[in-house]
Amino acid sequence: MSAAPQHEARAGEALLAGDGVAAVLRLRGDWTLAHHAALRRQADALRGRIDAATRVELAELGTLDTAGARLLHGLLGGERVAALLADEGALSRERRALLKAVADAIEGREERPAADEGYALGDVLAHIGHTMLVFWRHVSALTGFIGLILETALRVSVQPRRWRVTALVANLERTGLDAVPIIALLTFLVGAVVAFLGATVLQNFGASIFTVDLVAYSFLREFGVLLTAIIVAGRTASSFTAQIGSMRANEEIDAIRVLGLDPVELLVLPRVYALLVALPILTFVAMIAGIVGGMLVSAMTLDISPVLFLSRIEDNVGLIHFWVGMAKAPIFAFLIAVIGCLEGFRVQGSAQSVGEHTTSAVVQSIFVVIVVDAIAALFCMEMGW
Amino acid sequence: MSIQVRNIHKRFGSFIALDDVSLDFPTGELVALLGPSGCGKTTLLRVIAGLESADAGQVLLDGDDASGTHVRDRQVGFVFQHYALFRHMSVFDNVAFGLRMKPRGQRPTEKQIAGKVHALLDLVQLDWLADRFPAQLSGGQRQRIALARALAVEPRVLLLDEPFGALDAKVRKELRRWLRKLHDELHVTSIFVTHDQEEALEVADRVVLMNQGAVEQIGTPEEVYRRPATPFVYGFLGAVNLFHGRVDGEGLRVGDARLPQQARGFGEGAEVLAFARPHELDIVPDAGAGEGIAARVSRVLAFGITARVELDGLNGAQGQHFEVEITRERVDRLGLAEGQAVRLLPSHLSLFESRQAATTAGAAR
Repeated sequence: MSAAPQHEARAGEALLAGDGVAAVLRLRGDWTLAHHAALRRQADALRGRIDAATRVELAELGTLDTAGARLLHGLLGGERVAALLADEGALSRERRALLKAVADAIEGREERPAADEGYALGDVLAHIGHTMLVFWRHVSALTGFIGLILETALRVSVQPRRWRVTALVANLERTGLDAVPIIALLTFLVGAVVAFLGATVLQNFGASIFTVDLVAYSFLREFGVLLTAIIVAGRTASSFTAQIGSMRANEEIDAIRVLGLDPVELLVLPRVYALLVALPILTFVAMIAGIVGGMLVSAMTLDISPVLFLSRIEDNVGLIHFWVGMAKAPIFAFLIAVIGCLEGFRVQGSAQSVGEHTTSAVVQSIFVVIVVDAIAALFCMEMGW
Repeated sequence: MSIQVRNIHKRFGSFIALDDVSLDFPTGELVALLGPSGCGKTTLLRVIAGLESADAGQVLLDGDDASGTHVRDRQVGFVFQHYALFRHMSVFDNVAFGLRMKPRGQRPTEKQIAGKVHALLDLVQLDWLADRFPAQLSGGQRQRIALARALAVEPRVLLLDEPFGALDAKVRKELRRWLRKLHDELHVTSIFVTHDQEEALEVADRVVLMNQGAVEQIGTPEEVYRRPATPFVYGFLGAVNLFHGRVDGEGLRVGDARLPQQARGFGEGAEVLAFARPHELDIVPDAGAGEGIAARVSRVLAFGITARVELDGLNGAQGQHFEVEITRERVDRLGLAEGQAVRLLPSHLSLFESRQAATTAGAAR
């Protein structure tokens, strides 16, 4: 890398004349790789004797290449080189560029290659691929966990003395009994709202009496179980995740394993069983509360007496709708409990992680509940149930 | 029970936690795994316990391959850094938990369990706390309860993961002594993980030093302290002064200064790392003599039996800090004052070749 016009070849030299303020450093000849050894000796000898007052004369400088520029930088130091670069008269433009590149490289200021900008479509595809992978891993982890729970449940079920009845009852109280008031109240209100809507719309057709069918159908088939499942997902899945997650963050899960016990048997099974029992009962409560809500509104705004309301349900709405709703409850219960527990086991060490996984558990279980409910609705419709 | 670890590899994503680790833990010894955070020591402990599975390699318990054995069948006692006591159970129930949860065939009667739990609580000197809950105990008490809980199931191996890491200095020191005493009584093969070198050297029969997933040195506390095998071990154990130098004829050249120490076993011009403990350096007044490393006194701390002098390097050793331990009389005689230029003369230097993978070590006198 040479940056000088043709010149007769001459070994480079560095001459220091005078002393103190009057000192002049004269650089002559070719500062190239060929003369590197000689130049370095001279530079070493001069090092320390050049200070800020020394004048530098470059008029007789021949060829300069990268090796020479590097030596020059070492001899003069970064500040002097910067001063030389600023002085346009001292060196030609090419030499200044070379010297600057070398100085920047030595001082670690070289420009970083700009980060790849990428292109939008590629990024989107990569993001989609990544998300699919994460989703796939999630699904396989969930199914694996379900398998583990079923295996443990089968193993434990034949050994009644390993049943953890105390934990089951405690969880039943927390997930079932404690949830009754909120579920009854909310479904009661939704039942009233559905009846209001039905009354308003159906009145136009003179078919107000069908409000009864609307309330009964919707609550027996869908709303009873769906609303319950969603409330339980928010209430119980999150508490399962938080309980197991904080035990995990506190290394209690490891402690249980080291004591020779199985965390799935000890922590997960009682919770799954408790929810399997609690959710159908809560669903039943929700159905009753919703229908009562509808009945109250019907009695007040449509003059449909409760007796008429109930007899119409008895005559027109088949028992099958009740069973369709109830059959979904254990399925939702199992999914909610499994997701809540699995997220708990995924917690990594910190309190922040507990929070993240709790949120994730609620979102996932509500998502799964609604998706499964939609599939079940399609299935039942096709089956004519 | 003896433990052997054979060629264990473990990665977390792209991070290599354990890189071909092989170790022997003889029966009845208390071994410390010592190293900086992230060196893989806790991972190794968890692999031995069966809480983590290795990507490759074997764990032999009493000569039998335990790699496929479930953690509950390995009969290990594990003590966690943050105690991991069950918060909703009393101290008594915590210790009794492992016994009560045994299959009915092996489960002792409730009376036997009570006897055993009280004996264990006596052993950890906390029998009077049996009815309290973990939240009502201090950190030191909780850790002792955790130890009692681990011992309740009569483990063949006791594994302790930074057991005193979350305690304050005074309690830590007390528990250290107590743990050593307990081990002398029980003689259970024990491995304990720590990043506190003082703790490891004080308590353990043998110390295993780990760095970046690999074992650096194994030896008794005295061996590893007196004869560190690698620069890492030297730097990790105790205070140390480091010089970068080059072998130059009979002596050693550090920056502009010459040191008289001979470097045997190194080629002329070889780049070396020289280590000296604070008490292996002497301070001499700067007479302009070429021997010794030029430094400037920055602080003199004379409150112990010995005085500690902190210095900043000059000339060739610019930007480096040195620590020297000398007697107070010597400080008085030298009349050291802050800002004074002096020279440092090592009485003993440990030399290591300064290439990264180099393991050659020598001592110079």
